Amino acid sequence: MKNVKIFLALVFAAINIVSNAQNNAGLKLPAGFKASLFADTIGSARHIAITSNGVVFAKLMYPNKAGKSIIRLEDKNNDGVADKISGWGKYGGTGIFVKGKSLYATSNTGVFLYQLNDQDEVVDPLGPKTIVEGLIDRNQHESKSITLDGQGNIYVNIGAYSNACQEKDRMPGSKGMMPCPVLDSAGGIWKFDSQKENQVYGDGIRYATGLRNVVGLDWNTQTNSLFVTQHGRDQLSSFYPKLYTADQNAELPAETMYEMKQGDNAGWPYVYFDPYQKKKIVSPEYGGDGIKEGGENALDPIAFFPAHMAPNALLFYTGNQFPEKYKNGAFIAFHGSWNRAPLPQEGYFVAFVPFKNGKPNGEWEIFANGFSGLTGDEKVKNPRNAKARPCGLAQGPDGSLYVSDDNKGAIFKISYAK
Amino acid sequence: MSYNKVLIIIILMGGFAFNVSAQDITKGKKIYETRCLVCHQADGGGVPNMNAPLDGASNVVGTDIARLVRIIKKGYSERVALDGFYYSNAMTANPDLKDADIANLLSYIRTSWSNKASTITAAQVKAAGSKK
Repeated sequence: MKNVKIFLALVFAAINIVSNAQNNAGLKLPAGFKASLFADTIGSARHIAITSNGVVFAKLMYPNKAGKSIIRLEDKNNDGVADKISGWGKYGGTGIFVKGKSLYATSNTGVFLYQLNDQDEVVDPLGPKTIVEGLIDRNQHESKSITLDGQGNIYVNIGAYSNACQEKDRMPGSKGMMPCPVLDSAGGIWKFDSQKENQVYGDGIRYATGLRNVVGLDWNTQTNSLFVTQHGRDQLSSFYPKLYTADQNAELPAETMYEMKQGDNAGWPYVYFDPYQKKKIVSPEYGGDGIKEGGENALDPIAFFPAHMAPNALLFYTGNQFPEKYKNGAFIAFHGSWNRAPLPQEGYFVAFVPFKNGKPNGEWEIFANGFSGLTGDEKVKNPRNAKARPCGLAQGPDGSLYVSDDNKGAIFKISYAK
Repeated sequence: MSYNKVLIIIILMGGFAFNVSAQDITKGKKIYETRCLVCHQADGGGVPNMNAPLDGASNVVGTDIARLVRIIKKGYSERVALDGFYYSNAMTANPDLKDADIANLLSYIRTSWSNKASTITAAQVKAAGSKK
């Protein structure tokens, strides 16, 4: 009897593995692509990074049940599923980036640098170098995303601790502050030396400003410039019901992508980008009426997307595994909206933006869908019902694309099979 | 004044008092839909890591009414720990809601979805508001 039970358990386990492989871990992908569930339930996996040996590191928003907040995952038998998982670190955070044997991880207030050995194991789990410390964390847009430029600099997003820089944050009728004092220490991208220890605000420079909250950012090696995706503002209709309907709130403002050079300004909080008028519109907190244009000195986005979808990761694909059209294009992980309610939510997928000569070339498209676990074309109504929420992206040395989920902590590996 | 007139007045007053103290869940739902739903969602489930859930939340169905009233009136800008999770988004203050509105709103929230807590009266809201 016992043997029969074991046998049945093995059969079910085998069926599970086969169906997992056949159904692409539940994901809907373009023809020719396949996906495996590389890891599951590792904790709230925000961003991920992969070494040249294919070792994956995930940064958790909070320490997981085992009390670890940086997870190392290795697929030793190369079957698309991590089989050696360990971790360290006690601080929550979002950012993680690997360059050679240097592993950068962020808390909500600083950036730390760990050393990896030849096997990509961490050498100094208890004693990383502190690269940057003392960054603002006021419980809103507190995550610190990072990227490096290959020229010795690290770029850190410092999100605005405010929705629209009102005198009283998220208070109906409260005016926007002029000038917005948040921008002195947040609402932009700061640039620091990637090697120098114990830097504070004064050691870095405000590289770009007017960005409410950037979670996805990547250095494009083709254009040799920084690209970011911004989370647009909330609550146009709940604060200004005379100017905006709930339907308009669900569609305004656009989520935006910018190429940012030093000194650039994307316009927050004074303007937002309206995807229908395709214009920068003055925020109602600053006297806007939904039509009046503004932001003469602010950038226009190079690409924009439906409102509130929350672009949480940006990755320029430089691998050789995927078909030619993906080369140098941008993948974006859309965490999925909540602020479109009462309308159905959007996002919860990975999108692709084709690029040519460093500029978007054609319409964006959904690349990988189905993370929410809902069947068919059913949309997420309530965010807590979404099984997985795409949050991080990384490219493996073989050109596979990895997607992390910060709900239960799944990592999906997406590959192209010719 | 005749006995009958006094009786009528007593009945009218009784009816009036009843109307004031009865919690109007429908009105509470309307307030929820216009002010709360966009963040706390139609199912009261909130948004993981951002907006706290109201459905099944120990604080919401608990007995500390003063805390609930204070959060609705004044908003909340600290990271809040609730039932083992953290929520970081700032909550909007609602200083213009009257005691009766808050009573209706709390009554709706405390009896909706899987919540089966008591309704709240305007008098309870008033008493809670005077406690600091």
